[in-house]
Amino acid sequence: MNRPTVGVRSASAAPAGFVADHGALAPRADFPLLAAQPRLHYLDSAATTQKPASVLAAIQRYYETENANPHRGAYALSAVATEAYHAARVRIAKFLGASDAETLIFTRGTTEALNLVASTWGRANVKAGDRIVVTRLEHHANFVPWQELAHAVGAEFVIAELGANGTLDMEAFAAAVTPKTKIVAFGHASNALGTVNPVADIVAIAKRVGALTVCDGAQSAPHMDVGVDSLDVDAYAFSGHKMLGPMGIGGLVMRREILEATQPYQLGGDMIAHVGDQHTTWNVLPHKFEAGTPNVEGPVGLAAACDYLTSLGMERVIAHERTLAALAMEKLAAIPGVSVLGPEIAHRGGVVSFTLKGVHPHDLSQLLDGDGVCVRAGHHCAQPLMRALGVHATTRASFYVYNDGADVVALAESVARAKEKLASD
Amino acid sequence: MSAELDELYQSIILDHNRRPKNFREMEDATAKADGVNPLCGDQLTVWLKMDGDQIADVSFRGQGCAISKASASMMTQVVKGKSRTDAEQLFTDVHALVTGKPTGADVGSLKALSGVSKFPLRVKCASLAWHAMHSALQGSAAPVSTEAEGPGSAS
Repeated sequence: MNRPTVGVRSASAAPAGFVADHGALAPRADFPLLAAQPRLHYLDSAATTQKPASVLAAIQRYYETENANPHRGAYALSAVATEAYHAARVRIAKFLGASDAETLIFTRGTTEALNLVASTWGRANVKAGDRIVVTRLEHHANFVPWQELAHAVGAEFVIAELGANGTLDMEAFAAAVTPKTKIVAFGHASNALGTVNPVADIVAIAKRVGALTVCDGAQSAPHMDVGVDSLDVDAYAFSGHKMLGPMGIGGLVMRREILEATQPYQLGGDMIAHVGDQHTTWNVLPHKFEAGTPNVEGPVGLAAACDYLTSLGMERVIAHERTLAALAMEKLAAIPGVSVLGPEIAHRGGVVSFTLKGVHPHDLSQLLDGDGVCVRAGHHCAQPLMRALGVHATTRASFYVYNDGADVVALAESVARAKEKLASD
Repeated sequence: MSAELDELYQSIILDHNRRPKNFREMEDATAKADGVNPLCGDQLTVWLKMDGDQIADVSFRGQGCAISKASASMMTQVVKGKSRTDAEQLFTDVHALVTGKPTGADVGSLKALSGVSKFPLRVKCASLAWHAMHSALQGSAAPVSTEAEGPGSAS
């Protein structure tokens, strides 16, 4: 396959096809898996991303030169491991635009971060008769914990519905956020449709009633200059593996005064100040919320991923993804029977979800795989959204820094071929 | 397209997908069971009308990929008129076939499902209707899930 490396976008402003030779933003050679499989069109980065060699090297280096149990030993190596862990936290907080690194709690990922908020602050503060508001766009990870919390305490669980084109109906949202509302949980960007939500408007509405604002950043931290402080949310959750980092690491950034007033999530080593025979006191932030020996290789690898993304420039990352997504929307929509779901490109990131009439997404993705095109088929952990859209499943292509115009062309050509084989006569 | 994909999506499978047999609800059924595949959210219902130990009639409806729909369609054709024991034996034979452990039993037209064995993630699709039929024969009220089947899972 003739694959452009770091390509130059054509200067021509022709409306169709001019980005087909759009090169990757990040050299494919930086990603060992992609370099080893030159014919692979990896279009499932909304699920997980491939890893640059610098991230893998950082993890290897940590284990070869710095590994010990942090916060434990008096010996120098333990101090080195502690410093590696601390430095990674500072680096990642800076990348996210969170000025207080001690309010970044490491978790396994977005799911655990959201569960942490629901099971600590949520359990302590949401009472019978209160209301929790989520949106129709949510991933199950930002839906089920709140639904269960509502059931457990007898609160009302309300889903703010969509308006046109898979965007939130802001009038309906404002009406849903009543004075009884204690929590407003929303995704920054939809994993299923790519919709980017108007965070400032959502937060303004939630603040009017004093509700806790919880932002699922799994699909924003990898793709844009988030600036967590400027979002002004109470909690922001993210996953490292969706932003070039390793699996099993992510985090929660939460307002300091809320974290300090909230009971710990898990109990055990490292999170205590003093353990008496009958009573225990808690360690300071962030340790109060990180019980047990922490995952150190995760933050170390994720910090290297943040360095890599910073070197690319986050504004260029989102612009690159939108260029590829716009090209994909155009090329897919040109295939009769294809319906592209979700908003116009101005309101979305690099995610393109679509259906093909008469063809089940599972079959479509299987045939695409035969052409080396990796896409996601299914409900995308967003069954409430699928119900509202009136579909059981969709096929989703998602673009990232290592994708290029050739990936988009391969996707569209493969969909057209699959249609020939599978579509009803 | 690879030979393996051609074998998976052979024309008999595609025909059953386009025009599934016995694709209807059954009002006078004596047993029914729902099956779900959490991998893709697919779901189908299988109805049985038993006449003593014989399957007098069988039908299905639901949402699914070509593999699950074709497998269900072929199943309804094959088990109609069979005894409970023979139908259960067919399930065992088909399961062996799609998991790449053929027993040598003659499964007739169901051989078209053999291509599934090269795609472990699709075993759930091919066996969904069979699990539901098995469940209906057992008289189990709980929906069956393919989650215990093969590698991979939904998120």
